Amino acid sequence: MRSSQESGARSQELKDKSLIICVLCSVLCVLSFSYSYASDISIHGFVQGNYSVDTTASNPDGKDFKWAEERIQLKLDASKDPFHLFLKTDAFYDHIDDASHLELREGYADFTSSSWDTRIGRQIITWGLGDLIFINDVFPKDYEAFFSGRPLEYLKKGIDGIKISMYPSVASAELIIIPFFEPNNFPDRKRFHMFDPMPLVTEREEENPAITIENTEIAFRVYRDVAGYDASLYYYRGFFRQPSMLPDSMTSPTKIDLVYPELSVYGASIQGRALDGVLSLEAGYYDSREDRDGTDPMTPNSQAKLLVGYQRQMWEDFTIGLQYYGEYMDDYSEYEENLPSGFPQEKRFHQLASVRLTQFLVHQTLRLSFFSFYSPSNDDYLLNPEVKYNFSDSVWAAVGANVFGGGDEWDQFGSLDENDNVYVQVRYEF
Amino acid sequence: MKRYMILLVMLLMPLTAHALTAEEVVKKSQEAFFFQGKDFKARVVMKLISKGGQERVRELTMLRKNYGASGGEQKYFMYFYQPADVKDMTFMVYKYPAKDDDRWLFVPAINMVRRIAAQDKSSSFVGSDFTYEDVSGRDIEDDTHEIVKEEKLGANDCFVIKSTPKKADVDYSYKLSWIDKGNFLPLKDEYYDKKGELSRVFNAEEIKDVKGFPTVTKRIMKNLLSGHRTETTFIKTDYNIGIEDNLFSERFLKQPPKKWTE
Repeated sequence: MRSSQESGARSQELKDKSLIICVLCSVLCVLSFSYSYASDISIHGFVQGNYSVDTTASNPDGKDFKWAEERIQLKLDASKDPFHLFLKTDAFYDHIDDASHLELREGYADFTSSSWDTRIGRQIITWGLGDLIFINDVFPKDYEAFFSGRPLEYLKKGIDGIKISMYPSVASAELIIIPFFEPNNFPDRKRFHMFDPMPLVTEREEENPAITIENTEIAFRVYRDVAGYDASLYYYRGFFRQPSMLPDSMTSPTKIDLVYPELSVYGASIQGRALDGVLSLEAGYYDSREDRDGTDPMTPNSQAKLLVGYQRQMWEDFTIGLQYYGEYMDDYSEYEENLPSGFPQEKRFHQLASVRLTQFLVHQTLRLSFFSFYSPSNDDYLLNPEVKYNFSDSVWAAVGANVFGGGDEWDQFGSLDENDNVYVQVRYEF
Repeated sequence: MKRYMILLVMLLMPLTAHALTAEEVVKKSQEAFFFQGKDFKARVVMKLISKGGQERVRELTMLRKNYGASGGEQKYFMYFYQPADVKDMTFMVYKYPAKDDDRWLFVPAINMVRRIAAQDKSSSFVGSDFTYEDVSGRDIEDDTHEIVKEEKLGANDCFVIKSTPKKADVDYSYKLSWIDKGNFLPLKDEYYDKKGELSRVFNAEEIKDVKGFPTVTKRIMKNLLSGHRTETTFIKTDYNIGIEDNLFSERFLKQPPKKWTE
């Protein structure tokens, strides 16, 4: 079942701090090494203010901001063939919790040879063709960042693992090995009003998969050009990144465990020029390995997922993007039979449509954009208009809104109905 | 003696009598401007200057490789240094004659390669006064061409060619080009809008010889209607540098080789 936005894991400073220290040490080593060999080192980054204010209701804890922070990001690049080192670290002050944080966004070392590459460390991986719809992008996301009006790059979280890329002539391939599980980040219950099927059970414990060889996640992608189209095949063996709720008793629960069930994904995608635009097709089968017969109501059933996307430039600097997404649940009758009474029932066929309009003006320094999700099956929606202006080559600001509504109180966007917000992002880049 | 003179004149006749047609001039001009060498590299610095004098800078390395004859398929690879919000972005174009381009963009912040829709070739290139067609060429067959006159531009003898788009797919009604009779580079272009008024002017400001190829290394495009202009300088320009075919791939979009971006 969908126990969305249930994760408590907001940040992982401890893990981050040790990793940061580790990476900083290696960076210092590389720096001193590379300094003596006159390699390339560059430092860039930004200073940013990001604020998001409630427009419909205060937060559940009475505060009025979904997000309020000042942040500095430093990106350090050092390379000396065939090695490359990259470090992206954020430090920020969160005004809502009155706390400062240090976060290692990415930190990895690359080794490049003529026919293969390796990347080790914390890295962001993006697969698939969807615009905010993910089938074969099985890597961790931060939905709280997205719903709070943070810059889009914060929707993606890094994985701690190894990527090996190979380039034989027949096709290219990427193998990703992730020993440390990283769940998605869902909105914080203190900041977001959300549906909870068992609100009275407050004791909850999150159980990440144990770090073992068997639990190491594997993701594999093969891709090549097929008659002018970009074609990919995908495979993933790991876990759902959205937790399932496991109550200690169905009749009188006192505690809920939040667990991440086993998942395998088999997928394919193809993208190319068609109909005077770019056409994308992506499909995937989610094999819920712990509930293959669909009888466990607390574990998601297996699902088939399909995405069709189309993007077209209508006139100068104006682009329209349309998507249709469908999700079909296997063993629906078993799901229906075993669903405890009082729990909201998911539809057998869940659909989602999206539209994105983007217009650039004033020599592409002013961007007007509008993004919207609408679910034809659930009748709920998300609206996200935004204006972004580059005041100069180094300073930009964006103002936008997130408006949620429609559907039932347990639906994806319907459940966020009371969380409408208006946000501001201001950034100085160097 | 007179007989020999006549013979000589007759021998020379085919050479002098066969004047170039407008299409041939435009073809030679495109060859000289967009297709020289097997491949090409330049660090491109574009200054976008508003009417009020505010300057913005776009800086990139442009790598181009030809596939087949002049006017044929080409691949472009671009790596951006400036402004800061597009630093490390890469952009790849497969350009085909008489067919829409394939374009890909790499966004480093989320490590994503994405195809982008590219129907409108008369769109501005990175917000400048140059369009994609100004940067990579326009199909000869898309326009009708005529030589309207031959005249000197400064010290250079030029053909003046009028090119009129066959379809209304661009924002001008015709273009006048002053093409150098010696090296066939365009020295000046004037774009006239639908009302027949001069709207944009291109000027080749500096021409240098690079490995035997005359190359426009400074150029200005001025929009007379808005007062906005773009000054483009090519530095570190080079030809026939052995760009590998596999550069134009997702692999190198994500990790542009240092040897090309330095």
